[in-house]
Formats: sequence, C-alpha cells, structure tokens
Amino acid sequence: MADIQLPMRQMEARVEANRCLYCFDAPCIHACPTGIDVPAFIRKIAGGNEIGAAKTILEANILGASCARICPTKVLCEGACVLHDRDEKPIEIGRLQRHATDFVNDRGIHVLKPPEKKNGKSVAVVGSGPAGLGCAAELAQLGYQVTIFEKSKLPGGLNTYGIAYYKLKPQLSLNEAELVKDLGVDIRCGVEVGRDISGEELQRDFDAVFLGLGLGDGNRLGIDGENLPECLDALDFIEQIHTKPLHEIPVGHQVVVIGGGNTAIDAATQSVRLGAKRVTMVYRRGESQMSAYPFEFEKAKHDSVHFLFDSMPISVVEVAGHVVGIRLARTRMTADGKLEMIPGSEFTQECDMILKAVGQEKQAEIMRGIFPKIAVGLGGVITRDQMSGATNVSDIFVGGDCANGGREVVNAVGEGKKAAHGIHAFLAGERASLPIQPSRLGVDGSASGCGLHNPIRAHELEAHWKANQSTKNSGEHRG
Amino acid sequence: MADLSVNFAGIRTPNPFWVASGPPSNTAYQTHRAFEAGWGGLVWKTIGTPIVNVSSRYSALDIGGQRMVGFNNIELISDRSPEVNFQEIAEVKKRWPNHAVIASLMCESREQWHEFIRRSEDAGADGIELNYGCPHGMCERGMGSAVGQQPLVAERITGWVMEVAKIPVIVKLTPNITDITAAARAAKRAGANAISLINTINSITNVNLDTFASEPAVRGMSSHGGYCGPAVKPIALNMVQSCAADPEVRIPISGIGGISNWRDAAEFMAFGAGTVQVCTAIMHHGFRIVDDMIEGLNSYLDEKKMRSVDDLCGRAVANVTTWEKLDLNFRQVARINHDTCIGCNLCYIACEDGAHQCIDLLNPDSLGLDLGPGRVPHKHVPKVREDDCVGCNLCTLVCPVDRCITMVEVPTGKPPMTWVEYQAKVASGEMKPLPPHH
Repeated sequence: MADIQLPMRQMEARVEANRCLYCFDAPCIHACPTGIDVPAFIRKIAGGNEIGAAKTILEANILGASCARICPTKVLCEGACVLHDRDEKPIEIGRLQRHATDFVNDRGIHVLKPPEKKNGKSVAVVGSGPAGLGCAAELAQLGYQVTIFEKSKLPGGLNTYGIAYYKLKPQLSLNEAELVKDLGVDIRCGVEVGRDISGEELQRDFDAVFLGLGLGDGNRLGIDGENLPECLDALDFIEQIHTKPLHEIPVGHQVVVIGGGNTAIDAATQSVRLGAKRVTMVYRRGESQMSAYPFEFEKAKHDSVHFLFDSMPISVVEVAGHVVGIRLARTRMTADGKLEMIPGSEFTQECDMILKAVGQEKQAEIMRGIFPKIAVGLGGVITRDQMSGATNVSDIFVGGDCANGGREVVNAVGEGKKAAHGIHAFLAGERASLPIQPSRLGVDGSASGCGLHNPIRAHELEAHWKANQSTKNSGEHRG
Repeated sequence: MADLSVNFAGIRTPNPFWVASGPPSNTAYQTHRAFEAGWGGLVWKTIGTPIVNVSSRYSALDIGGQRMVGFNNIELISDRSPEVNFQEIAEVKKRWPNHAVIASLMCESREQWHEFIRRSEDAGADGIELNYGCPHGMCERGMGSAVGQQPLVAERITGWVMEVAKIPVIVKLTPNITDITAAARAAKRAGANAISLINTINSITNVNLDTFASEPAVRGMSSHGGYCGPAVKPIALNMVQSCAADPEVRIPISGIGGISNWRDAAEFMAFGAGTVQVCTAIMHHGFRIVDDMIEGLNSYLDEKKMRSVDDLCGRAVANVTTWEKLDLNFRQVARINHDTCIGCNLCYIACEDGAHQCIDLLNPDSLGLDLGPGRVPHKHVPKVREDDCVGCNLCTLVCPVDRCITMVEVPTGKPPMTWVEYQAKVASGEMKPLPPHH
C-alpha cells in the first residue's frame, strides 16, 4: 500500500527550505504542540545540514518522523505559516521534517545521545504510545532512569497499531521506540500494570509515575447484531493491516463505516485500498459537524467513498449469522438541539461489513482499579494540571489521550513532554529549559514562546480574526 | 514608441543592447542567432594569437537555491585562428549590414595590433574593442588585465592602436584596479573613442569541502578566474558612475556587469552608459532574453516620456556625490504598516542584533491593532521606537513584504548641513561637536 505523501527529493527539499523566511519567534513554533524550532531545522536543511535538522526536530519531538507523516499540519504549523498572509503557499513543514528525519533513519545516524550522567532518580511510564515515549525520551535526556510498561507485544501504541497504513508504516513507529531505547530507556512489553505489576509497586519502586494509557476499546453501537463477525471495530480493522499480510485481511465488497471522525475516514479509505467495491460512511449529523478534518474528508471523496449524513444505525441485518446489511434511520435536530430519529424513515443499506468508528472508551475504570486515589473528571478523563501533567496524587503525572480525551498524536507527545518537565520540577526542583529563541523580550516568556505552552491552531486564528471583524463591524453600525 | 537606435561613438545599432565579448560571441553561427533574437550589436570573442583552453572552465555562486547569482570563468580568448574569425565577421556583416559587429582584440606587439586592426577593418567590423581586462591566464603573459592595471602601459598601447585605426576604438577596462578613473583617463588621453566596463573581477567561487579543490577543477587544481553575473552589478554601477562623473573622461561608455534585464540596463544608462553589453545572462538563458529587454526599455521610456535612449543617458550621474556633501540634518525613521505585516519579526531580530536596537515587540492589544487573519492572537508585533530609530534602512531591507516598512521623513526644522559645513562651524566655534547619537 503506497505512501499517500511522497518523500522529497534532495533538490526539492533545498528549494522548499530556501523559501522559508526564517521568522523570529515564528508562529509555526507556537502552533506545534511539541514546540519544534521549525525555522531552525528548515534553515539547516537549506544549508545541507540534514543531521543537525533531524537533531533539532528529535530533541523537541522524539516522534518527529511519524508526526511528519500524520500531523494535521494544515491546521498546525503550516496553518500558522506567515506566507499565507503574503498570499503564498505555506512552507511544506511536514514534508521537510520527513526529509530530515528520513535522512538520519535511512543512514542509521543517531543524533540523540543519552546524558553522560544519570541523576539517580527513576520514573515508571505506563504505556508506550506517543505520550509515554514523549515523556520517557524527555526524562531520559534530563538524566532519569526510565522504565516503560507496555501491555501489548510491541511498543508504539496507536502509532504501531492504529494509523492508516498509507500514512505511517508500523516499522517506523517501532524505530522510534528504538530511539527511545537508545536513550537508555527500558521498554518492557507484554507487562500489564494492574495485572502483572500493581500501582502500589510502581509507586514504591519508582520516584514518580507517568500514565500515558491512551484510550480503551472502541465504543459500542448498542444495536442488535453488533457481535456478528463482519461487524468490527475500525481500530481493530486497521490494526490487522499492521499485523498481517495485506492479502490475508478480510474486507467486504460493500463496507459501511459508522462515524464522522478521522478514524472513520481512515477505515473507509483503507477499505477502498484493500479492494472494497463500495464504501459508505454513515454519520448521524451533517457534513459540517463531522469531526474529521476537511482535508481528510476530501481524501475520502477522492477515494469515491459515499456519504450518508443525518443517518444513524438501528440494527444489523443478518442472514445465517452473517452481516448482509444495516438498518438505518434519518435523524434531525429537535428545537432544544438534541438529535432524534425521524419516525418512519428507516431504510436498509446493503453491506457485508460494518466498521465502527464512534470513539473509544475512556480508561476511568482501569485507572481507578490501579490507583484508587486518582481523581477522574467529567467524561472519564484523568484530572490534571494542564502545564505539568500533575494529578491529585503527588508522584503521579499524566498526559495524552487518557488525560485529554483523545487528540492528535503530536498533542500526546507534547503532553508527555510537559509532564516530564512537571516530574523534573517535582523531583529536582528545576525548570527544564525550553526551546525558546533567546531575545531581550523573551526573558519573562511573555513575548517569545512555543507551542509547548499553549499551541494555537489555524482555525482558531481564523475564528479569532472573524470575531474581531464582527465586533468591529457591529461597532461601526452602532456608530 | 521610443527610438531605441543609438549612435555610440560613431557605431550605429538598432538598439543599445550588445552581446558582450565572451563565449556567446564566439562564432558566426552564434552571431546570426543573436541578431535574429534582436540584439543590436555584438562584440566578437577576443581575437589574438590562438590559445589552448582547459576543461572545465566555469563555476558559479548559487545562493538560496538561486543558480548563478555570480559566475566565474577561466576560459581564455578565442581558440580559433584569426583567419576564421575575420572571415566569419565578414560573412556576418554581409548578412547584417545594419547591426554592429565590434572586433575585440588582444595583441602582443605594436606590429600585431596594427595588423589585427587592419584585418578587422577589412572584414567590415564596425569598431574595435581593446581587451585590457581579462584577469586570468592572459595577464600572466603580459596581456589583458596586466595592461589595464597600468594606465601608462594602457595609454601607450592605445596610442599604437590610434595610429592606424579608422573605425571607432573602445577600450575595455578591468575592475581589478584601485581607481577605475585612472584607467579611463589614460584611454581618453590616448585618443580612444569610448570605454567599456567592467571586465570580470578576480575570483575564486568556492572550495569543494570533500576534495579541497576549487572550481572549475582541472585535475584537482584550479586557477583565479573572472567573476561576473548579477552579483557584480553594484560594483560595475559604481565604476560606470565614477567614469561618467569624471570631467577628465567624457567619452562614451558602454556599460557591462551583471545586466540581466531591461531594468538593469536602464540603470546603467542612467549612469551614462550609451550602450550595454550582456554575457552571463545569455550564458544562463540564451539570446531570447533580449526580447524582454527591448520591450521593457521601450515601455519605460514611453512611461517617462523620453523619446530616445539619449534622454535617459546620464540622468542619475549627478545624484551621486561624495559622502561629505550629504545633508547631516536630513532625518528619516522606519514605519511598519501592521495591515500588511505578516508577523515574521525579521525586522525585529535584524534591528536587535544587527543594527541599533530600536524595534520593540509589543502586545498588539495594547497598541489597539487589528491584525489580519492568520495572525496569532496577542502574539507580540514589531513596532519602531521612532525617537531612537537612526533611519538606517535595515528593517525595510529584510522585510519580506513590499512597502510594509517605509522610511518616513521626520522634519528636523534645521537647514541642510554637510560634513564640510559642520567641520567649518565647529572650527569657528559656531556650534559644538555633536555627540555620536543625539
């Protein structure tokens, strides 16, 4: 299954890197949840210093190679590029980042080195997904002895098991886990906290604990026939692509995907690539309410995916224990903003496979089981301090999907990193230095900064501007 | 339509755009192509005793992905026999009677100069250019820039030429000299009809950091070359203006050095060049570039209501003076237009680290600024502290948006005062010396 985004050739990368203005205190840094010094690494590419560029990237974001492929750059760094305001195409930051990280990966060059001295303190990290690896890499570089506990056979979490194959190959995710190991981190796979080792033991054996558990199993539809063999969780379906030869993965001729998020799009586009004849996405609300990014929606349309909006599943139609269709009904909004089924609107969509992508379970119950004292907030996410990842239990820190309810991979890495700084402040009483460009005004952190503090997003910029315009306009009317 | 035809020291051409002596003017074939493309004149690749060349011969300076910003060569004069060259000039002149072919010559003795001048005239050349500029190879044999660098030698040789020449003689000057006007005056004293400048500048473009050879590399070795291309234009403009402003020169100037388009050409003309010569830009893109040069110059002259190239020639010469005659009481400051500012902060960091620390990054909310879409809310924006701004211009130069930062005059209310006047006032006690900054 071919990469959807092609790598850059050397000359292409040079030309693109030379377009970068090398902004000072650049908006793209503010837009990166891991605070990569984007102009710095791009300037290094322009000058032929790919190794230095990779170092700049990986020091800030250990998953820089996978983020280069899967980050929604259009709403993050590239969305913030100042060239938009000069009516030009933004710099292709994602592809340049891939160029630099590929350069060192392909040649087996190690740009990060473990610190020569350990500080004698140890931290346990639960979960080896993006948050766990982000936290572990940062702590290792700060001198901590870090042990990661991972319940799966392989490290990497979502990046290894749950991203569309044409975006990110699992091997790349495993390489990134190797990078973390190279920093001296011990990754123990097949060890489930709460079963093989208790929370109490972690707290006893380590100076601090970081929880990066991610989310749980896919949510259920709660309809009849959901347990039939052809009715799968979308993430389980994607996981097969990562773990089996492609020709061994069963895919329907007519696939129905339930959901309107990015995982639903991944499931739909992957089905097309595996040979499904007709793929239909069913979403209970309208196009504008889809949580998938517009460019992902476009991708699905390109793949000839059909869309049924304002429709919800009622039951699975089965014959002899197999899926043959799905009963759907039209939906509408009530006056008080609730979604309701339109009576009598039921219809059947033929299909032989159903993929469910309606969100994942929160880990609240598991958490309470392992650490009974930990506070869990609304929506089943762990309560924590946004900046430090600190929970109500002093030696337990948290980050990633289990704390934010489910966001981008890059947010998870950033939160892991912030929690590492929180742990460092807790254990060593020191503030880790951040990749802030030095300036006379940056001393108090007010003028300069990076996305690690408070990442911005392109659509937020747009919304902010529109709000300003409307207040301005309404002011004029009043005047 | 303006009249682009020129009469340059007696050489008439349909337009002021000439192909300079060099690789593009090596053969009759190339000359036909050049004139077909629209070039008004061509200076033939320098004819002399045939030489042997090396390979490779060229190297270039690339900047920011831009190819050949500067260009360097170690190619010598024509490697073809004088017979072939003069015969081809005659052929070209038969086919193109209204276009000018100027024979560039480089000779070793008075006798050879006399002979080659006669043969140039017999071939029908419209003029002769004396190559006193070539800074590589030939100078080691006492020719090229070895002549141009010694005004007295150049004057004597030019004298030999003028003894016999019946067609206009142009002396081509080397920039590898402390004072270009010394060489220009020598040409004038010897009776030359015109000067052309600049020839190439001594250069080494690079060091290959793997082989430690410079380029062009000839079996791992290189040699000092001649530098040209867009990067040399400012050096050439300075020298052309110096010659044009010198009352002891006052002969027509053919401008050469980094000219790539009509705008470059017009600038040389404003500094007194009656014609311009182009080589590197042709080596980069071919003869076809002249089409735009003709159109562009025509439109410009029409727009400025100038009827011919003569109306433009020399218009800017008097606006360059010595530093001591500039007005010390004129003051301007930079002003940033936040409506077009894209928030790159390049002006800030340039001023902060590279100039005079007078741009602040301030909260846009406190400034009451209404920034465009895409700008990070509350992210600090650059603002010039005008009281401290020295008006150096650096921020306007680094700003990637046209006209976003402008220099605005701040009236000082004081009458103009030059350095000379200031020194006189201080000497007479009329005013006290100024502190470095005020």
